Amino acid sequence: MSIGLHNSEFKNPVIRWVDSRLPLFTMMQKEYGTFPTPRNFNYFWNFGALAIVSLMIMILTGVFLSMNYTAHTGYAFDSVERIMRDVNYGWLLRYVHANGASMFFIVVYIHIWRGMYYGSYKAPRELLWMLGVVIFLLMMATAFMGYVLPWGQMSFWGATVITNLFSAFPLVGGHIVTWLWGGFSVDNPTLNRFFSLHYLLPFVIAGVVFLHIAALHVTGSNNPLGIDPKGPQDTIPFHPYYTSKDSVGLMVYFIVFAVLVFFVPNMLGHADNYIPANPMVTPTHIVPEWYFLPYYAILRAVPDKLGGVLLMFGSIALLFVLPWLDGSPVRSMRFRPLSRIAFLLFTVNFFVLLYVGGKPAEEPFVTISRFSTAYYFAYFLVILPLLGRIERPLPLPESIARAVLPRGGGPIRMAATAKPMEKA
Amino acid sequence: MRMLKAPMLTAMALLGAVALAAPAARAAGDEIHLPATGFSSDGIFGTFDRASVQRGFQVYREVCASCHSMNLLSYRNLRDIGLTEEQVRAVAADVQVPDGPNDEGQMFERPGRPSDRFRRPFANAAAARAANNGALPPDLSVIAKAREGGPRYLHALLTGYADPPAGFVLGEGMHYNRYFPGHQIAMAPPLNPDQVEFADHTPATVDQMARDVALFLHWTAEPELEQRRQMGIKIVLFLGVLGVLVYGVKRRIWADLH
Ligand code: HEC
Ligand code: HEM
Repeated sequence: MSIGLHNSEFKNPVIRWVDSRLPLFTMMQKEYGTFPTPRNFNYFWNFGALAIVSLMIMILTGVFLSMNYTAHTGYAFDSVERIMRDVNYGWLLRYVHANGASMFFIVVYIHIWRGMYYGSYKAPRELLWMLGVVIFLLMMATAFMGYVLPWGQMSFWGATVITNLFSAFPLVGGHIVTWLWGGFSVDNPTLNRFFSLHYLLPFVIAGVVFLHIAALHVTGSNNPLGIDPKGPQDTIPFHPYYTSKDSVGLMVYFIVFAVLVFFVPNMLGHADNYIPANPMVTPTHIVPEWYFLPYYAILRAVPDKLGGVLLMFGSIALLFVLPWLDGSPVRSMRFRPLSRIAFLLFTVNFFVLLYVGGKPAEEPFVTISRFSTAYYFAYFLVILPLLGRIERPLPLPESIARAVLPRGGGPIRMAATAKPMEKA
Repeated sequence: MRMLKAPMLTAMALLGAVALAAPAARAAGDEIHLPATGFSSDGIFGTFDRASVQRGFQVYREVCASCHSMNLLSYRNLRDIGLTEEQVRAVAADVQVPDGPNDEGQMFERPGRPSDRFRRPFANAAAARAANNGALPPDLSVIAKAREGGPRYLHALLTGYADPPAGFVLGEGMHYNRYFPGHQIAMAPPLNPDQVEFADHTPATVDQMARDVALFLHWTAEPELEQRRQMGIKIVLFLGVLGVLVYGVKRRIWADLH
């Protein structure tokens, strides 16, 4: 072993040669091979891996779509249809990309839900959580700009409505909108810059995902019990246990994905987007893609434009500070009987927002959206902070192994660094 | 491990809810109920009945093509619905298409070729409006994807002309239609009994022509549909089998843990 080389444990000479100079293999082995992982993950812990797969699928299909796409108002619509008709398996590329966005959001919504239910946002994972929210925001921006690219009626009018939101800001609003558009309406310059950014942002997302996972591998994963692993009896190596378990989830994911792509490729889209963009004709109902509907509902819940915009951005900003809104030291809602109910209501409420977001702004939907918006904010700003103080959590299990193994996993072997049980 | 099943079910329920909520979320406004017309392209095993699509093409060519363009199609695409090479050439050669400039710098007209796009009836939108009382006949290439209900809507639209109910004020040059949003459409009833003569002696009733042209328009909008579904069935079956195997492997791996 000469000085300056990494002491590689790999036997294969080629791998060893590389690994001694750049210990990628050692790193992979450490982070994904032997990485000690709580033994009690349920299938909700699949969704992080599924999110990565989604991101890779989007980047891969996106790069090939770009080879045949034309970012010009006069050609964009037809170029997308040409991809579907004249490029070999172009229809497959496009439908995978379009439905892949929906799959990505389904997966990430469940992933976020998992984090909220099991308290994964709490110390020491606050930064990990905030990086996740950054990813979520970047995804929204990417998906919004991607939807503009086929230049159908909903592309155009969706872009017009959403960019116009910025005009609500006093004084600078109008300037911001002109600056975003690169002109005085959504037009060719807008389409061009959206294409450029739509290509760029997923790579930014990939960078933040890297940080997200780097942070995860410092703190280690949370688990359904929300208690820290106390020693080796509480963890198992990531491979082969969680590689095999993630593969099961991946199969289900692929089946759902395939059913969407091959049998109902346009179910989650809007028929109007197959009408070429026309600035002279406004569609009767302008609705964004389904994954924006809850926020769209919040936007429209208040009669005041600026108020609506602030509420909408606020609803996501709250996620950033969630770790500090929830004061309870108990992570998993399994042991928080009251918060659990409040959070399940929050979940139902989210679907109500999604539903009314797709409805025209008339009664009874307006009233429903107001109550739902109120509950959304109350959950974060009133209920959670309050329950953090007054709720009496159920007793926490002694250790993960005690809770999940039939004979309690034998005597507890305390790891040197294990902290005393945090009981509230 | 009961603990592992519950989250799986919850996750599936969430997925399902999103799938249901999304399309439900967009239906709005005054509901118009389309009749439940059946098409050969329905269902996951549905295909395009070649005879019907070909009759539909004939209806398009002899009736609709005088007003509606079909910019995304080329004559060569007609091979996919069973026209022979000679038939495709003959259909293409039947129209004069603009070409050029030639060596003298002049534009000229020549008979169409299979590689040409369907000839458009009007030089531009203004000309189309001028000939249609100010209304613009939309391009029909993807119309079946651009309307809720697809071919079912198209058939309903073409057979849905009627006298307006008492008190309904019809605009100048407009026609009452039961299925068109707002019920006033600028397109005069395009189909009349026996307007075309089908080579296979199918009686050319309005309903029959509407069915055939609706199916033809479904094909023009989704020419990949048959290939897509066949591929989908194979892939889903494959993934199902693989999924069972993967689950088995996972069980084996986890079995030694306890
Ligand atoms: C005389 C010209 C003319 C002919 C022939 C004609 N159309 Fe039209 N069509 C129009 C015009 C004009 C419109 C626009 C109507 C409006 O917007 O009110 C239209 C609209 C349509 C629409 C859109 C309806 C909607 O939901 O917006 C469809 C579909 C359609 N035509 C199908 C056909 C079919 C199929 C045929 C042949 C059987 C046909 N048309 C023949 C002139 C014509
Ligand atoms: C592109 C999107 C995302 C990718 C690719 C991604 C990927 C991952 C992966 C692979 C894991 C580890 C496996 C797992 O715990 O499931 C993880 C964990 C985590 N993610 Fe994400 N994530 C994404 C978005 C988000 C978002 C939007 C949030 C929250 C707003 C979030 C919050 C978390 C948290 C808190 C953890 C640690 C959870 C735990 O171990 O309990 N992630 N992420």
